[in-house]
Amino acid sequence: MVLKAAYITWVKIWHDVVPVSRWQYLWLFFCLLPIQPLYAWELSGYVGIEDLAFYEQPVDSRQHMNYLSGVIEAELYHEWDNGNQVFAFVPFFRGAQYDSNRTHFDIRELTYVYAAEEWEFRFGIRKVFWGVTESVHLVDIINQRDMVENTDGEDKLGQPMINFAWIQDWGTLDFFLLPGFREMPFTGVEGRPRTQPAVSGDQARFDKNGFARQMAYAIRWSHSIGDWDIGLSNFYGTSRDPIFLVEQDSAGQVSIIPYYQNINQTGLDVQATIESWLLKLEMIVRVSESDTTFATVAGFEYTFFNIAETGLDIGLLAEYLYDSRGLIAPTAFQDDFFTGIRFALNDVQDTQILAGVIVDSNTYEQFYNIEASRRFFENFRLEVEARFFNGASPGDRTYSFRKDSHFRFELSYHF
Amino acid sequence: MKKNVVGLLFCLLAWGCVAEEINAAAISTEQIQIEEISSEQKGLEIMQEVDKRDLGWGDMSTDMQMILKNKNGDEHVRNLRLKTLEMLDDGDKSLSIFDSPRDIKGTAFLSFTHALEADEQWLYLPALKRVKRISSSNKSGPFLGSEFAFEDLTSFELKKFKYNYLRDEVVDNVDCFVIETFPQYEHSGYTRNIVWIDKERYIPLKTDYYDRKNALLKTQTFNDYQQYLGQYWRAAKTLMANHLTGKSTTLLWENYTFRNGLTERNFDKNTLKRSR
Repeated sequence: MVLKAAYITWVKIWHDVVPVSRWQYLWLFFCLLPIQPLYAWELSGYVGIEDLAFYEQPVDSRQHMNYLSGVIEAELYHEWDNGNQVFAFVPFFRGAQYDSNRTHFDIRELTYVYAAEEWEFRFGIRKVFWGVTESVHLVDIINQRDMVENTDGEDKLGQPMINFAWIQDWGTLDFFLLPGFREMPFTGVEGRPRTQPAVSGDQARFDKNGFARQMAYAIRWSHSIGDWDIGLSNFYGTSRDPIFLVEQDSAGQVSIIPYYQNINQTGLDVQATIESWLLKLEMIVRVSESDTTFATVAGFEYTFFNIAETGLDIGLLAEYLYDSRGLIAPTAFQDDFFTGIRFALNDVQDTQILAGVIVDSNTYEQFYNIEASRRFFENFRLEVEARFFNGASPGDRTYSFRKDSHFRFELSYHF
Repeated sequence: MKKNVVGLLFCLLAWGCVAEEINAAAISTEQIQIEEISSEQKGLEIMQEVDKRDLGWGDMSTDMQMILKNKNGDEHVRNLRLKTLEMLDDGDKSLSIFDSPRDIKGTAFLSFTHALEADEQWLYLPALKRVKRISSSNKSGPFLGSEFAFEDLTSFELKKFKYNYLRDEVVDNVDCFVIETFPQYEHSGYTRNIVWIDKERYIPLKTDYYDRKNALLKTQTFNDYQQYLGQYWRAAKTLMANHLTGKSTTLLWENYTFRNGLTERNFDKNTLKRSR
């Protein structure tokens, strides 16, 4: 729509200058794009190649040991009016070997922003992040997570929205109108890691249908007061996180079915930044037709900066995760401890390592996660991730993933 | 009795001598103190003049290129855009946007500096659309892997240092004041710096940085000064050379513009999220 608006603007301008036919307008528009000042239109992004490597035989014989894939994400960006108006288009595509669910295209962003002194209007397909903690993101609810892209849930699907931000001395008040519900994408039968059996995404169920399912509304107040950064939010609409129904048909075939509830979720996120301490808290109260639940994550990050004048920073992280739904929670982290250590070498190659483990305080099942990344030859970046599942007994939450420990390598070229 | 009196006299005499010595010592420390006060005073007055002459520019926008060089001569380049808002009763506010290396393109850094209290800093990560409040205790660590520490790049505030005038010296045919500065803020990596201030223009030409062990660590030189708005001098090139590692970083500044009409709104978290 924004592109169309831009096209119409150009047509109007050129209609007065040269009498040309409709098709010629379009041709002119594309010819004129590069004539714009260089700072005005920018193209950037990355292409990458990824390998997922598993070292244990899969639980399901349809799964594989090694998965190759390629990815491209581009951003076309334009700002004008002294940066007070912004247009951005970010298409994304991953082509994957074996698992067709993982081959996916998404418009991460297609957005227009107008910024005034006391407000901002943001329109289109966008991504929004709320929250402060590292192990889980409880408060963050605007976008659906792209769970086929990476199981860490940090990648998100673009969400259509109209967002009005009212910016005052007492903080920023954001209003969101979120038309268009997007279901969580799940790894297919050939994919790894995944639950056993694979989630039957195509049989998803909903509390509401039609308009009520598609529309969501949110409001958020956020502010920085001295050492404190605070956010208070409320969301009403279809939950982005489904709960999972385990059903058995007459033939004894078990299937896992996502069920999206209609919820009202109130969230609070707070961070205090005091000297080298970051103290973090997120909590949510979620009310659905069937129940009211509470979840929280609280913890800290302490960093030793520039150790022995080498430039090395070492950060220690600890967070406690709680969900009142206990064992029926759709998350594996309902009464768990996360501890982690972060190394930032602050070298020319920007070498970073984050290693963490989440331990269930009841079953002692563990989930290890190590992420390292480093720049090569100015424009390349190599990411290595290692994820290990350990100590799960039959019936435990991560038992499905017991053979799914893996390494992930991604080499990307940034332009 | 007599002996005692004589003894007492000797004692008194001796005491007198000691007292005189003590007095003399007291006077000399007093004189030294006066000299110290005057050299401290002189140092402060020179830096007050430096500060005064750079007041009133309002806001500033510029493009910066960093060229990192190791001792083998390998080069790495970083490009940034910087915006700064002058705050009259407080440290400046600044927004830095990274254009290259390309893998961190769009990363932006918002900083509210304060003279003595901790700065407020936020980092915007464009891939996640996440704004992270970060600790500002990291003063001495390297900025983007360069020879510049975070503290070398924050705005100059008079109260951040104590000063001591050392001497006059000619550097490259320019008459300079040589002033020792002692960081008063926490977490500094330096015991002191020595700054050469151009006597005519009141701008720094060279700075020596002494590490926590008081050994000469780095030397920064300021080149190609240009005057803007008929008053404000800005270097087009500065070089930071590390004497311990043999590495160096050159900063090249281009497209300085002043009084662009920026307000505090251009330095808030909403603007940070819009920055690219």
